[in-house]
Amino acid sequence: MRAEANLAFGRGDATGRARGSVAHLLRRYAIFLLLAGLILVFDAIEPAFLRVNNIFSVLQSVAVVALLGVGVTVTLAVDGFDLSVGSIAAFVLMLSSYAMVVLELKALQTVALALTAGAAIGLINGLLIVRLGIPDLLATLGTMFLLAGLQLIPSAGRSISAGLNLPDGSIAAGSFDPAFLAIGRHKLWDVIPLPVVIVGLIAAVCWFLMEHTRWGRVFYAVGGNETAAHLAGAPVKAYRVAAYVISGMLASIGGVFVAARVGRGDVFAGSSLLLDSVAAALIGFAVLNQRRANVFGTVTGAVFVGVVLNGLTMLNVPYYTQDFVKGVVLVGALALTFGIGRGRR
Amino acid sequence: MGESAKRLATGVSAASPASIDVPAWTFTTPSLHLAAVSKSYGPTRALNDVHLYVNRGEVVALMGANGAGKSTLAKIAAGVLRPDGGRVFIADREVALNSPRAAREEGVVMVHQSTDQLGIPGLSVAENLLLDVLCDGRIGSFAGKRKLWHEAEKVAAGIDLELPLERDFCELGPAQRQLVAIARAVAANASIVIFDEPTASLAAIEAERLFGTIDRLRARGVGVLYISHRLADIRRVADRIVVLRNGQVVDKEFSTVDLTDAVTAMIGRDIGKVAAGRPRRKDDEPILRLKQVRLTSSAEQSDLSVHGGEVVAITGALGSGKSRLLRALFGLSRVVDGEVLFKGRPWQPKGPADAIAGGVFMAGEDRWRSSFLPAAVPGSDIAGTIALPHRRNWFPFGLVRANREHAAARAAIAALGIRCSSSLDTLDLLSGGNQQKVVLARWQAAPCELLLLDEPFQGIDVGARNDLIAAIRAQGRNRATLIATSDVEEALQVADIVAVMRNRSIAGLFDSQTGHAASLLAAIGAVEASEAYDMERISA
Repeated sequence: MRAEANLAFGRGDATGRARGSVAHLLRRYAIFLLLAGLILVFDAIEPAFLRVNNIFSVLQSVAVVALLGVGVTVTLAVDGFDLSVGSIAAFVLMLSSYAMVVLELKALQTVALALTAGAAIGLINGLLIVRLGIPDLLATLGTMFLLAGLQLIPSAGRSISAGLNLPDGSIAAGSFDPAFLAIGRHKLWDVIPLPVVIVGLIAAVCWFLMEHTRWGRVFYAVGGNETAAHLAGAPVKAYRVAAYVISGMLASIGGVFVAARVGRGDVFAGSSLLLDSVAAALIGFAVLNQRRANVFGTVTGAVFVGVVLNGLTMLNVPYYTQDFVKGVVLVGALALTFGIGRGRR
Repeated sequence: MGESAKRLATGVSAASPASIDVPAWTFTTPSLHLAAVSKSYGPTRALNDVHLYVNRGEVVALMGANGAGKSTLAKIAAGVLRPDGGRVFIADREVALNSPRAAREEGVVMVHQSTDQLGIPGLSVAENLLLDVLCDGRIGSFAGKRKLWHEAEKVAAGIDLELPLERDFCELGPAQRQLVAIARAVAANASIVIFDEPTASLAAIEAERLFGTIDRLRARGVGVLYISHRLADIRRVADRIVVLRNGQVVDKEFSTVDLTDAVTAMIGRDIGKVAAGRPRRKDDEPILRLKQVRLTSSAEQSDLSVHGGEVVAITGALGSGKSRLLRALFGLSRVVDGEVLFKGRPWQPKGPADAIAGGVFMAGEDRWRSSFLPAAVPGSDIAGTIALPHRRNWFPFGLVRANREHAAARAAIAALGIRCSSSLDTLDLLSGGNQQKVVLARWQAAPCELLLLDEPFQGIDVGARNDLIAAIRAQGRNRATLIATSDVEEALQVADIVAVMRNRSIAGLFDSQTGHAASLLAAIGAVEASEAYDMERISA
């Protein structure tokens, strides 16, 4: 069953045979060539595009998606799929707002609470899957709905900001800690947004973990062939749970960034975050022709989508075409990964 | 027809000696003819100018070492692969087999090695039998159960076999799955049926049933291309033997009775018998000792002791408990009662990780299921495959050290003669025998005291098997090896002691050092008898 539904890996790769050929190189670097081409076009039409500020605004806009995408990537690596990342981020947004406005916590405590919540939700996801044997998609779909509903309950369905009317009639005394807001708004040397730096660091750590350590090997081994990993002495279930805990924590960090940037607990749908991050992870399959979920690819995919959307916005393409454009990019990347130029085998 | 009559007059001497009542079709043109077929994968020439024909009513055995091109040839005939050069004729008409479907329409059907691919789990046997009809809509849009049943019975009758029509396909054993596939082939009026290692997962009795079916296919005038490593099978079914070596047909006629010539041609060297048997050292502590162990609550008690340096083979029919015993020693299941002593201490590993840490390694059966990763996964190359169980010792700080694992892989490639382009090759690029060598290399890459090998010679040729046996037997005195195999000949070839299992307990031991032919016969007899017993249970 698992082998058939194996989402995380393309069919057997023929890279060993084709390495070095022009077609192979082209496929390997296709997304970068396309990115370079797009940047040149956008820059030619709208010179403001390549300004430092704009570049960082693109990166800031994709930081949260990239972060959630990395979480999805880790779960894809174990042949799972975390559908709850968007909801976790949205839930953490409400949770941290509630913590500061109603419970009057400080920035550090709030962040700690948010991370703990993300890890706990990931743990629950993992245990539902490993202990109760619920298929990954269904278990995380369940938590997705559960969190989307749960986040509305404490504030009775309203957004949370300073001066919130509590159900007992009193008015909440707390407000957003400026230190907390700085997480989302501070710019290093007045140029580089803090979230971009943090996401960059986290992504680098995850990339190193997944690609260059034995733990990463085991994550992928569990996803590639669970039986083989088990027989090679890997604690398969622990790795599965760990993947969801990592995913939950990354999503909660994403939620903190959103909260710190927006500065209020907006009741908003996490579904756009979910779909965007999943799309980034899937576009990542095509990056460097990896044909598997990989951290570098996911981040590249997120940036790619960000560049395309930003460029099109600058060219005054209407906002309502955005989802369509994302769809085109995703389908193109998938075609590149699974179809084009692979020949008959 | 006129031509066939002419041949009848002139070509009597060409008739198969096996058939006395010579049917007219014996002298028609070949049913399948591959002419000057070539195929390359990149720089590797898999097939080079191969000529092969299969006449109607003839069983042609295709032999060849791993990597000789057997599978490639079969896939070309079945339309799975397209040849780079050469022509394919069916009944003297040139055809282009561009897809398995096109081949099927021309009457060529392949019964795959992997029995999972033979039908669709979740559908009943009846529906599977009618799959072709259901898929092309010939049966009409409204396919009532009764009508399906009726049609399916007709298909099943095509090979004179009673199949449990209402059973779900996934409940069927491998032999029954193959029968379903064969019945489908016959119903589709196949003129050529290709078998790829059909008996690999069959017990002896099931295999005999398959041979009976092949005999019936032959009698109906179907041409059969039979790919196998098993000499006994070939002796039983083949009318003619074609040997492939390095992508070319060996231009020689071979006896179908004495296969020595064919095997010699196949591997290009004589099969040296590996000297088995060495004196037991009764004096010291055995590495493994089973005392009155019962594997299941209904099983008899088993006793066994394995000393350092010894190779013990456990043989027995499918389901006799060979794998179960190995799995229990590796911590994948528990024994019901009795005592398992490893180096004199009670041994109850909690799982594979625990067993590996304690010095017990196991290579599971079915290498793609138990050992290998898909090619897109990091660590799916030869080096990564070997390194996976040893990752904690080799990469103590977590960082994967490529030098460490590739050095180990290169050592294994040299020691076992693994044919590959480098240690970066993924396993799907290797032939079956070389894949199996990687499995053994993985578990020999670090020292252990007890090595468990479950069916280590599955689907590999004689040359690779001899290499593996030599590697297994090269162990030092500090290690013991326990091998589960359903092939008695393999067991005798590799082991100092052969243990025969029946009904989940060890029924007898044969010591190849001190044993006599009689006890060997008794051992083999026990295996055969247990197979008969198992078949009774399956059919009951």
